[in-house]
Amino acid sequence: MNLKECYQALGGDYDGVLGRLRTERMITKFVLRFLDDKSCESLIGAIEQKNGEEAFRAAHTIKGICQNLSFDRLYRSSSALSECLRGGWDDAAVALTEQVKADYQVTVDAIRALDA
Amino acid sequence: MEGIRKKRILIADDSEMNREILIDMLGDEYDVLEATDGEEAVKQLAQWGVEIDLVLLDIVMPKMDGFEVLSVMNREGWIKDIPVIIISSETLPDIVERAYELGAVDFISRPFDQSIVHRRTTNTILLYAKQRKLTNMVAEQIYEKEKQSGLMIDILSHIVEFRNGESGLHVRHVHVLTELLLNRLVQITDRYPLTKQQMNIIATASALHDIGKIAIPGEIINKPGRLTDEEFAIMKSHSAIGSEMLNSLPAYQDEPLVRVGYEIARWHHERWDGRGYPDGLKGDEIPIGAQIVALADVYDALTSERVYKKAFSHEKAVEMILDGQCGAFNPLLMDCLRSLAEELPEQLRLATAQEDGGREMRVIAEEVQRHEELSVSNRTLQMLEHERLKARFFADVSEELQFEYTVSPGMLTLSGVSAAKLGLPEMVMNPLTNERILSLIGRDGMEALSSAIHAAGPEKPVVTHECRLDIDGRPRRMRVVCRVLWSDAKPTRYTGVIGKAIDIRDEQEHPDALEWMASHDSLTGLLNHSSAKALIQERIGLRPDAKYVLLIFDMDGFKSINDVRGHLFGDKVLAYMAERLRQSVRSGDIVARVGGDEFLIFLEYKESEGPAVQRLFRHLTCRFEDQEIRVSMGAARTEELGTDYERLFHAADQALCAVKELGGNQVCYYNKNMKDMLSAVSAIDESSPSIRRERREE
Repeated sequence: MNLKECYQALGGDYDGVLGRLRTERMITKFVLRFLDDKSCESLIGAIEQKNGEEAFRAAHTIKGICQNLSFDRLYRSSSALSECLRGGWDDAAVALTEQVKADYQVTVDAIRALDA
Repeated sequence: MEGIRKKRILIADDSEMNREILIDMLGDEYDVLEATDGEEAVKQLAQWGVEIDLVLLDIVMPKMDGFEVLSVMNREGWIKDIPVIIISSETLPDIVERAYELGAVDFISRPFDQSIVHRRTTNTILLYAKQRKLTNMVAEQIYEKEKQSGLMIDILSHIVEFRNGESGLHVRHVHVLTELLLNRLVQITDRYPLTKQQMNIIATASALHDIGKIAIPGEIINKPGRLTDEEFAIMKSHSAIGSEMLNSLPAYQDEPLVRVGYEIARWHHERWDGRGYPDGLKGDEIPIGAQIVALADVYDALTSERVYKKAFSHEKAVEMILDGQCGAFNPLLMDCLRSLAEELPEQLRLATAQEDGGREMRVIAEEVQRHEELSVSNRTLQMLEHERLKARFFADVSEELQFEYTVSPGMLTLSGVSAAKLGLPEMVMNPLTNERILSLIGRDGMEALSSAIHAAGPEKPVVTHECRLDIDGRPRRMRVVCRVLWSDAKPTRYTGVIGKAIDIRDEQEHPDALEWMASHDSLTGLLNHSSAKALIQERIGLRPDAKYVLLIFDMDGFKSINDVRGHLFGDKVLAYMAERLRQSVRSGDIVARVGGDEFLIFLEYKESEGPAVQRLFRHLTCRFEDQEIRVSMGAARTEELGTDYERLFHAADQALCAVKELGGNQVCYYNKNMKDMLSAVSAIDESSPSIRRERREE
């Protein structure tokens, strides 16, 4: 699939990101780099250990990246999670993390299907 | 030169991706340093110091967060010299506020927009670089000024002495004697409350006492024998002439040195009993500085050899003065002289020994006498450079369009910023027939401007002309102010114009552009939420008993307008609605854009707000191009809810949510059943106003 289709598949805002980052080349470069980002792993680890502070940072990082790449779907769930963890550990985070993991998977799958 | 080094940016963000995006946006133009957490950022700052020109700082980072980095920068004093832009995705008001309080200069909100990142970075760096340069320059100028005023006085007084055929020590001696007398005077009496600084000024200005002798013919000054009455009258005029010379320095009349110099030059031949010249002042009518210099002058004249007399001994001179042979002096000064008598010769000998360094000065003085005119000095060049830099700086930070036009060759030159704004190159040949220029101003507009300029004459060279310019496809009313230039040679010939164009709307509405930008939404020009809030609170505070209603409205289906017609169109709709809103409220009402497509209206009313609200609602239901626009409106009144702003806003927000649940396109007032509703207001994304974030749940 092409970049636009990829954005549709992962629930992102293609026009938005193109407006900001200007070129498909630049967007593609960073979209592919998303696969190397370890924040999601750190997040899962931190959630398992109930480490609120680290989980917050990881969720926050994911949120920031998604914002920059206009990955709206994953942005929403990671943002909800980071707000939940802002004040420290909260049991509600576990369920929210499941949503992040699901959206992360959708995102990663869509990027892997990109012809680049 | 500083200009050769690439500017250096420190990017502190724990996310590698975010750093890389920024590096991609900025790396071509800047040297980039990276820090993966706050601790590293501080390390880099400590290592590079002010060689870092800008810090892009994230807030949420491991080890040390952005606030802690800012605190360290405050503690170490770096924050004064190194600007910090926050790049966090945090947009909570208290976080933003705290960062500003800690000295951050700007925020770049996520998502990053290439052009915004670029522009803000460049602007901030330029501003600070110029500030640094200007600070250095000002410091240097002050130092130079002090050094040079001392130098100029030395040169001047030596020129006088050469004309007088004096030894060159007279000025130095008078200076030392004046200092000694002043110090003794304030010890023995508090009648003359002089500060240390005033005493220094008197001592320095003493060098100017005989400056008027420049205008006295050399034959008289250096005449060995006795002067005739006529010659003596001319000689005596030197004190009035000297004071006039200082008086006619138009630019420096407020300088204490010039004022005191005037007094000394004019009145150093006055005497305590009123028998001196030129004005016959008596007693303390004579400024104390002039009294002291008069005494010092007399003493040194007596003890020095002159063409018309031999030198008297120190003892003889003191005796003659105390005896009144040289005119009457202030009795207190006589006391000073008496008590100083013993040490005077030694003090003067010391001063003479120090004078060796001053020989150089006499060489310069001789040079000055030899040359009629000095060539362009280094200092003049420096000043020119300074002026050039200043002009460029002001052109860069100005919102005005600045231009210069020459008739031959037919060429329009624009300042860099102006060119960028108009989308033109900095130089345009034959602008009068250039298609791009004509499309900006129009053929008629160009003709009108031309004839305004040609109507000017040398007696009235400044032309003010209003015209329309299409900037970014939007017509703007501009005021062009320009100075028409003619050749010096006769017959005078029209050679060109320098001028600027000001956006009149800007001028009328926002006298202070920076303040305006901080408090307004950039897309619509309406107030932003935080400034509207402050204004509303102020209003309520002024008259807490009045009745107010707070309305929040948004456009039904705006998201789909955005999706279907594109963001550019969405932005136009927002701007149009903002304008419509502005037109439909009274001047005292407060309107603001508080979210993606949410607007706020705050009205005061007497009896009932109903008709005003209905009128607003009808007026806002409208059409833009072929797009139907319907709005939903939530309302909350202080009558029910009290005057707490947050409570009012929240209630109106919930009422708006309730309208949405009912399908939109109506007005709904807050009632208690809405308590559990969610918020309808979304955050504004500064960088791309029409893109809506997900709804915040607070």
